[in-house]
Amino acid sequence: MRKTLLQDLFARSLTEPLTRPDSQAVELARALDAAAQRQLGRSLSIRALDAGSCNGCELEMHALSNAFYDLERFGLRFVASPRHADVLMVTGIVTRAMRVALERTDQAIPRPRWVVAVGACARDGGLFAASPQGMGGVGAVLPVDLYIAGCPPSPVDLLAGLLALLQQKT
Amino acid sequence: MSAWEAAGARLAAGEASLVSLWAEPGAVHLALFEKGELGHLAHDCPTGRFPSLARVHPPALRLERAAQDLCGFIAEGLPDPRPWLIHGAAATPYRFLPVEGENLHEIAVGPVHAGIIEPGHFRFTCDGETVVRVEERLGYVHRGVETLMAGAALPLAAQRAGRMSGDSTVAYALAFALAAEQASGTAPPARAVWLRALMAEIERLANHLGDVGAICNDAAFALMHAHCAILRERVLRASAACFGHRLMMDGVVPGGVARDLSPAGVALLAGLAHEIRAAFAPLARLYDMTASLQDRTVGTGILHPDLARQFAAGGYVGRASGRDFDARRTPGYPPYEQLAFTVPVLREGDVNARIMIRIREIGETLGLIEQILARLPEGPICAAWRQTRGEGMALVEGFRGDVFVWLRLEGETVARCHLRDPSWFQWPLLEAAIKGNIIADFPLCNKSFNCAYAGHDR
Ligand code: SF4
Repeated sequence: MRKTLLQDLFARSLTEPLTRPDSQAVELARALDAAAQRQLGRSLSIRALDAGSCNGCELEMHALSNAFYDLERFGLRFVASPRHADVLMVTGIVTRAMRVALERTDQAIPRPRWVVAVGACARDGGLFAASPQGMGGVGAVLPVDLYIAGCPPSPVDLLAGLLALLQQKT
Repeated sequence: MSAWEAAGARLAAGEASLVSLWAEPGAVHLALFEKGELGHLAHDCPTGRFPSLARVHPPALRLERAAQDLCGFIAEGLPDPRPWLIHGAAATPYRFLPVEGENLHEIAVGPVHAGIIEPGHFRFTCDGETVVRVEERLGYVHRGVETLMAGAALPLAAQRAGRMSGDSTVAYALAFALAAEQASGTAPPARAVWLRALMAEIERLANHLGDVGAICNDAAFALMHAHCAILRERVLRASAACFGHRLMMDGVVPGGVARDLSPAGVALLAGLAHEIRAAFAPLARLYDMTASLQDRTVGTGILHPDLARQFAAGGYVGRASGRDFDARRTPGYPPYEQLAFTVPVLREGDVNARIMIRIREIGETLGLIEQILARLPEGPICAAWRQTRGEGMALVEGFRGDVFVWLRLEGETVARCHLRDPSWFQWPLLEAAIKGNIIADFPLCNKSFNCAYAGHDR
């Protein structure tokens, strides 16, 4: 293990500068609250919630933490408790069975908070929009601040979306 | 005794293993694996009642509960008639199994978990730190996929099949395509067959790399996680460069594949395989030599081989508990009969064994990728579709285990489709494997099984 750690210490960093901060995949659903933006500052805690995804979106959210994207360098991090969160990041069509869990998670987040809908499913149900088991996206249940499009969105698109909340240019 | 009940008796006697059980208006269907072959049996039930097979063969239980939910059927004699996939439709609230005893306490976890995880509920009953029982409650991500499939045009249905479980999109799309091709009598061209296998192996590689790291991370060994995540990312980037999508969604289509691989792509993937082989070997050694990590994984979450056999557990869950099964080999599908690979099997059944199987499978998969790249045939990548009516089914080895798809086609419309995730026969075994372990080891055991939520919930 010592050898691996030592090698890592002297290896070239893999973390990449963000090359596409103005991603086409990012769409603000409503004007961001300037007061909230001031209050939340330059760092965001994110609570992820799968409300009926295929797990493709989750895989790319996981990838945000790898050495190439290193989410935390931007002051962004995933947190376990909604009580610690500023952002609720939702994937999936919002199934009937997850609706209450989604609402309760949202209620547990202190205000102000932003809701980000990730992926085609969360946007409008995507390929499963016609499902009688789904609500047809996050917007049917919660007010959405930001959509990040894709099936699934790439980690670069996800980063660009989150940075749009901070209006932080890299 | 009807053919249906006779099949149940063979399942109970261990002469056949259960592949799936599902319903459509007017009939229940059974898929079995028997004497090295995949078989299918339909049982007419115009009244919506059929004899439960779970009475004699417990692995059928959740599938029969699901058939009741989705089709309104009644499985007569079903030992546990509670709903399974559909929540909130029953008149009475869902009741967990009762537990009695001194000193016991219950812990309810989920459906929302800490972290980026799919939703499911676990009800633990513990005596101090020791888990006496865990009961799973799934169905939170039930999207009604099979309902949506009925009447869908073939291309749309194929896209949906590829989104049953995002981590297994190639495996699902392939199983769907093979079943559709069997139903229509369309033969995919040779190059497409090999490109499909290439994509399937790349998917297996990416998942195994990611999960070996993630399992170690659940034992607080973050170093492995960081390194494996880098390798996984390299695989995904190569997939995007070669097939236009990081997870290769919609790459496999009925009739062939959607995109051809350029000579530059072949070189890129060959370089990737070489690089990962070199980079993963020291990581595998690191796992083997870190006593503090092995202390967590050896002897934890043991799945007994008898249960793995009874439930016909697929993938690394079965193979770590002595079940020597791989759908690429039997029943088998092209081009694997022309490729050399071994299927690793262990008997210990603990977390360590499941990790070791996956570490060895990474080596086998790299070997397969190299063989495919070296021998990729030339030619077209998609066949013209034959418009017919018919039924087809396929069993494909995904990274997690065997994915089963059955469908009925009418021209280019899917009349009916059933998709069964390998997790159907792994989830119940997780309940058994955790028994007697401390509750703090549940995340580790759970990750070593890595059952699907979306794939299972349909
Ligand atoms: S948007 Fe695509 S990748 Fe994301 S959950 Fe939906 S189907 Fe899966």
